[in-house]
Amino acid sequence: MTPELFVQYIFAGLTYGIIYAIVAIGFNIIYNTTGIINFAQGEFVMLGGMLAVSLSKLFPLPLAIVLAVLITMAVGALIEMVFIRWLDRPSVLRMIIITIGISILSREAALHIWGESVRSLPYFVGNEVSAVAILGARVSPQVLWVMGVCTVMVVALSLFFRHTLTGQKMQACSANRRAATLCGINARNMVTLSFMLSAGIGALAGCVMSPITYTSYDVGPDLAIKGFTVAIMGGLGNSMAAVAAGLLLGLIEAFSISVLPLAFKDAIAIGILLLILFVRPHGLFGKKEAAGLKEF
Amino acid sequence: MKRYLPLLALLAVVIFVQLLTGWTETGFYLTQLTMSAYYSLVIIGLCLLMGYAGQISLGHAGFFAIGGYTSAILTTHNLTPMKDQALVVLLAKVGCLVASKDEYGAELLVAQPWVACLLAVTAATLVALVLGGPVLKLKGHYLAMATLGFGTIIYRLVLATWLCGEADGISSVPPFQLLPGLTVSGGFGERISNYYIAWGLVVLFMVLLINLVHSRAGRALRAIHGAEDAANAMGVNTARFKLTIFVLSAAVAALAGVFLTHYNGGIGPSEAGIMKSVRYVAIVAVGGMASIWGALIMGTLLNFLSMRGVFGTYDDAVFGAILIIIMLFAPEGLLRLQLWPRLKELKKSWGGEK
Repeated sequence: MTPELFVQYIFAGLTYGIIYAIVAIGFNIIYNTTGIINFAQGEFVMLGGMLAVSLSKLFPLPLAIVLAVLITMAVGALIEMVFIRWLDRPSVLRMIIITIGISILSREAALHIWGESVRSLPYFVGNEVSAVAILGARVSPQVLWVMGVCTVMVVALSLFFRHTLTGQKMQACSANRRAATLCGINARNMVTLSFMLSAGIGALAGCVMSPITYTSYDVGPDLAIKGFTVAIMGGLGNSMAAVAAGLLLGLIEAFSISVLPLAFKDAIAIGILLLILFVRPHGLFGKKEAAGLKEF
Repeated sequence: MKRYLPLLALLAVVIFVQLLTGWTETGFYLTQLTMSAYYSLVIIGLCLLMGYAGQISLGHAGFFAIGGYTSAILTTHNLTPMKDQALVVLLAKVGCLVASKDEYGAELLVAQPWVACLLAVTAATLVALVLGGPVLKLKGHYLAMATLGFGTIIYRLVLATWLCGEADGISSVPPFQLLPGLTVSGGFGERISNYYIAWGLVVLFMVLLINLVHSRAGRALRAIHGAEDAANAMGVNTARFKLTIFVLSAAVAALAGVFLTHYNGGIGPSEAGIMKSVRYVAIVAVGGMASIWGALIMGTLLNFLSMRGVFGTYDDAVFGAILIIIMLFAPEGLLRLQLWPRLKELKKSWGGEK
């Protein structure tokens, strides 16, 4: 493998890796406030991308993306209010099945609205063939956009959770919901907010990745499985570790292509998921004791 | 004896439906009813796992596909080029292979369907054993994701391997002769006999399940579903029970896969898809989780309607909606809604408020 090719693989891996990390953070945000794994997480990414593609025909690109993210956030809030808010201590099995149902319905709705065709947004800067030379590798500017936007999102989220009152309220709810309620925090609103946040970051990731990876109605489940793999690798609920785990998975996948046929790329990620679930269910970076306290 | 009464009723319904289609000359319904029977077989197996042992599996289409594909590959893969090799000669000698000629007169040497069926079910059983050990230690979300992951891997492998026909699947799978005069195939003349083969299999499996549910094992299973730790403390070997049921349900799914593949004369990758697994789970949920009769009735009904094309292009959406609605409003299943007592209760509480 030439050094240039090596750098090329690294960039490909990091691009996908950071997207997986964003999906994983989406899982974590909802998991932290509710204890639910939202199996419809991948559909937020799909919805963001699809909406932006449609809206970009009516509005300039930046506005289209902002609108797409806002609409997806509204959808996220709506889903929470209609399906989850009024359930009284639902069992885990029940929640798994409900969120799977939501994922199917969103996918089918997308299929009937947009059809089966694969779409994409235009490149933000330049076009398909423009490239920037970095360390001898040729990298599309869109790749830099993906990395930039996702990094900003991660930093902004961690600042939000640490330094704003709303973020701290959400953290309080995830630490102890009842105690938070007693302190006058409206826990239910925090749950709605967590769905909105998680839908929003998913949708934004869906928009920036759309020019490179394309978007179609059925990209959700694969992304959700990858995102979940990453969330588990990092330790469920730990968003910063999810970033590291995401980049790791992205790199593993990218380099696996150089050894194995492309068709097995997804099987590798899932193989890793199974392996980690069996060997270290508390994650690569998580502590076993902490995981033991959580309900799965 | 009382517990077998519903089974007699089932037998009566099966025969009645066949006679009815005979009188009204609507024999074409039997085709979908036969296919529904095989899918129902998967569903009651899954019901045992979900409702009684309390373990969700989002990968049962994977086991179905392992069964179907193994049998399809073995009975279509031509061994003629290798017919001089010692192993092939030996297999042919003990009667594991059958020779025939295809429509162009070329020689065909493939596995005997019985052998293929046995190997297919064994393969699924082994996979379930190996997978079940670590997977069943997981709970809740982790279990769901791990089984979903397993299903996805099978789907990807089927799509990517040349031997499985990639996206095209495998076609021209030969009929499966069970006994002389009794053949699993989609042939027009064998429609009625195949209807009875499929439903006979269902009845047989129901007998097995009813006995299992009412035995010591069945009580142990319900204890596991109720509270696993408590069952463990009472001396129930929960890990072994869960694994046994997991393997049993996988083997049944594989068997259904084998039969349906021979009946349809082929199998495609969609049989291994995630939507299939989700659909099985949906039907178990609608039937009421811990109700094999509910699973059987709903499995037959919904699969029949779906295959008749009643839901049109909204087929998957219908199953998604069913999942959500059942889980939101009737997590105990449709047949256990007990509408009447609930209405009475409502009436009472209304009166009380006045």
